[in-house]
Amino acid sequence: MRAFAGFVRKEFRHIIRDPRTLLILFGMPVIQLVLFGFAISTELRTSNLAVLDMSRDEVSGAILDRMRDSEYFNIVEDVGSEEDINAAMQAGRVKLGLIFGPGFAGRFSSGDGAALRIVTDAADPNTARLLQSYAAAIVRQFQREQLNAPETPGMRIRTALLFNPLLQSVYMFVPGLIVVVLMLVSALMTSIAITREKEMGTMEVLLVSPLRPFQIILGKVLPYLLLSCLIAALILVLSQTVFALPFNGSMLLFWVECLLFIFTSLALGIFISTVARTQQVAMMVSLAGLLMPTILLSGFIFPIENMPLPLQVIANIIPARWFLEILKGVMIKGLGIQQLWTQTAVIVFMLLLFTGLSIRKFNIRLQ
Amino acid sequence: MQSTVVRIEHLVKRFGDVQALDDCNAEVLQGEIFGFIGPDGAGKTTLFRILTTLLTPDEGRAEVLGLDVVDDYRRIRPQLGYMPGRFSLYHDLSVEENLTFFAGIFDADVQQNYELIRDLYEQLAPFKDRRAGKLSGGMKQKLALCCALIHKPQLLVLDEPTTGVDAVSRREFWDMLGRLREHGISIVVSTPYMDEARRCDRIALIQDGRILSTDSPQALSRSYRRPLLSVRVKQSFAALRALREFKHAHSVYSFGDALHYSDARTTLTGKDISELRDYLSGRSIEVEELHPIEPTIEDSFMELSTERNDG
Amino acid sequence: MAENAKVITADKLTKRFGAFTAVDAISFEVGAGEIFGFLGANGAGKTTAMRMLTGLLKPTSGRAGVAGYDVFTQSENIKRRIGYMSQRFSLYEDLTVYENVRFYGAVYGLRSETLRAKIKAVLEELDLTHARNTLLAELPLGWKQRLAFSTALIHDPAIVFLDEPTGGVDPITRRQFWEMIYEQAERGTTIFVTTHYMDEAEYCDRVSIMVDGRIAALDTPRGLKQTFQAETMDDVFVRLVRGPKSSVEAGG
Repeated sequence: MRAFAGFVRKEFRHIIRDPRTLLILFGMPVIQLVLFGFAISTELRTSNLAVLDMSRDEVSGAILDRMRDSEYFNIVEDVGSEEDINAAMQAGRVKLGLIFGPGFAGRFSSGDGAALRIVTDAADPNTARLLQSYAAAIVRQFQREQLNAPETPGMRIRTALLFNPLLQSVYMFVPGLIVVVLMLVSALMTSIAITREKEMGTMEVLLVSPLRPFQIILGKVLPYLLLSCLIAALILVLSQTVFALPFNGSMLLFWVECLLFIFTSLALGIFISTVARTQQVAMMVSLAGLLMPTILLSGFIFPIENMPLPLQVIANIIPARWFLEILKGVMIKGLGIQQLWTQTAVIVFMLLLFTGLSIRKFNIRLQ
Repeated sequence: MQSTVVRIEHLVKRFGDVQALDDCNAEVLQGEIFGFIGPDGAGKTTLFRILTTLLTPDEGRAEVLGLDVVDDYRRIRPQLGYMPGRFSLYHDLSVEENLTFFAGIFDADVQQNYELIRDLYEQLAPFKDRRAGKLSGGMKQKLALCCALIHKPQLLVLDEPTTGVDAVSRREFWDMLGRLREHGISIVVSTPYMDEARRCDRIALIQDGRILSTDSPQALSRSYRRPLLSVRVKQSFAALRALREFKHAHSVYSFGDALHYSDARTTLTGKDISELRDYLSGRSIEVEELHPIEPTIEDSFMELSTERNDG
Repeated sequence: MAENAKVITADKLTKRFGAFTAVDAISFEVGAGEIFGFLGANGAGKTTAMRMLTGLLKPTSGRAGVAGYDVFTQSENIKRRIGYMSQRFSLYEDLTVYENVRFYGAVYGLRSETLRAKIKAVLEELDLTHARNTLLAELPLGWKQRLAFSTALIHDPAIVFLDEPTGGVDPITRRQFWEMIYEQAERGTTIFVTTHYMDEAEYCDRVSIMVDGRIAALDTPRGLKQTFQAETMDDVFVRLVRGPKSSVEAGG
């Protein structure tokens, strides 16, 4: 046990003695978070809006008041036809149009499905989608307040609005960032740290020592486990304090799932290091084999529903895809384990698989 | 009387098409310094990795401290002190941290075994806070030896501990090994430097995966059968060529400031020596010294390795 | 050896790294066609001195000329006129013998006609024509080393720097290598060589021994042994590096 403690102490020293890597690991998520956060808030605060109101009743009026009150929209034109909205958009005067169908208030309270259309300038698709989500959120909020029970008439609008993902880009970014950083630290750094021992020849001495192979592995992995948790906490705290992103689910569940994913990534890192002989190979395999699919196929950047079928199938074998769903569910939708147990089970299975593979591959000898 | 600490029998190891070890046999006795002497690529590292249980042999068997390297590897490992080639140290840890780390993983106490490394560590103590990566080659070598010794192993396995280290550090290192032997530690060491052979109790000459010969350095030198002359001249290179063309020449090699000439005949008379002297003078080479000498290990090694290649 | 033409002149050449003086005002000269042994303990400053002379490192102070060029201002010209070989990093294991030689020829800007003739000559001289398309990795160490030496000479440099060229090589190959060095020196190439084998120091025309950044001794091997009343160069080296007080114990 004393031997093991000494081993772990040594691993921490390696990490502390390499401040550049440490700075990158902690700095990278912070910088991305800050850049992304500010880019979003500046764009949305200055958006102009045109309205085509065919009802001009108390409900459409109230919704427009809400729009006016929000810090994101500025109603600049009240027009008479859809063509006018198109013209205003083409001229660049507005980015968003709201179209209230005739008899809006009546249909809203009767539950017949009042018609509200939100038109955005898709020339800038990202902004368009964000604006759409923001506008929809405001309308939904209004609707929720007007109709006490959410399951009563007026549901039509909500379903129509759900068509737009709920502030997807903004909220997606934080969970996505956590996934990528955990993968990077746990898998990449672990595989590099283990292959470095091989390259330096120190692995020979470690193997000859009374330390058991699983102690060597555990000792190498433990510091990165802690580091991963620290970075995840940092991202979480920053996203809540600086950008006021809500956290709707259970904190306990969040950390349990995080740990599960970290263990899976660590097992992957160990597996890579049993195959790779040099740090360079370990790095290439980790970047190309783990990080790229995590970024591209997990749903972080491109929605999985939009991918061609073969890629959707491949995405299923990427642990990050399942973890991202879990994180989104816990953080944004406030889901519990009841709704997330499938994804969790998939990750547990992967964890067991990779751990088993690593144990089989890790040698008590050099060959 | 002495017990055997290492015994290898008909050891064979292949890596793909490469025959790294070819039917090697040797025995190391308790308390001796046993040297495997041979150039790079001779198979020394492979042999040492088998002895340290890091590789398994393809054929034959190896016993270390009476235990089989394949079946009993777990019992062998804690009793070994192993220093791989290129001194495995953590370059980003300090001298002291390296030592405590290696003591720690062997569950040993630095204070308790300090006596064993005192001589060495006192030289390192002024730099104990320096990172190992910033040490000179000689210092790294001493630290690596400290780290291999700190758990007081029964057997010390040192793979090329003096490669890339200057002549002074090498000499000090061998002095240290001599003192360790007095503590009862058996030492197996490999080196490409022939002149280090005489610091061992017994040696095995190894080349191309084969052990050419095993004996004490003195006996190995004596096994050289041909008459050997040392020739000292002003123009060594010209003399080298001239001697090779001499009708009775067997081999001519330069050795420091002299040439070693071995004759193809079984004995040399005084007349034969004068003939050689006249031959050189006839080629206008000024001979300063020319006399019979005792062969060195290097003479034996070169003789054995050419015999093998010719046969 | 032609003593008149000096191909290396160093005058109070100094290199400091911060407060640490790695090379402390060394002065020496090397003549054309001379085999100059450059010895010293690990960390004595050999590598730093060699890097300054090969134009890789700018000296802090002092003066030095190599092949008629100034190390401060003309390091690019120096690089064209010198060859360099270290035991470990000279040739590419995953290229064939031919590709290795051609690569170095191209690096030094040899024209295709000259280059072809040169490659042919090198391979013939080394008796490697049959192994032209063999991967370097498959060549025995001794051959690699000789090929590395010939490659370092492909552009007919005035001086060739050899950094521990014989480390780990078997005794016969080591001697064959030194015979190549001799032949090259006879053709007028200056050889600047470092080694840890003290018997090889004896093969040099002159030897300098560096201790703590200074040249502690410089003479012919014979002269050094006389000065220090030593039997071998090994003893000379030990006496200089370890200091007189402990040299007695060193024998044991």
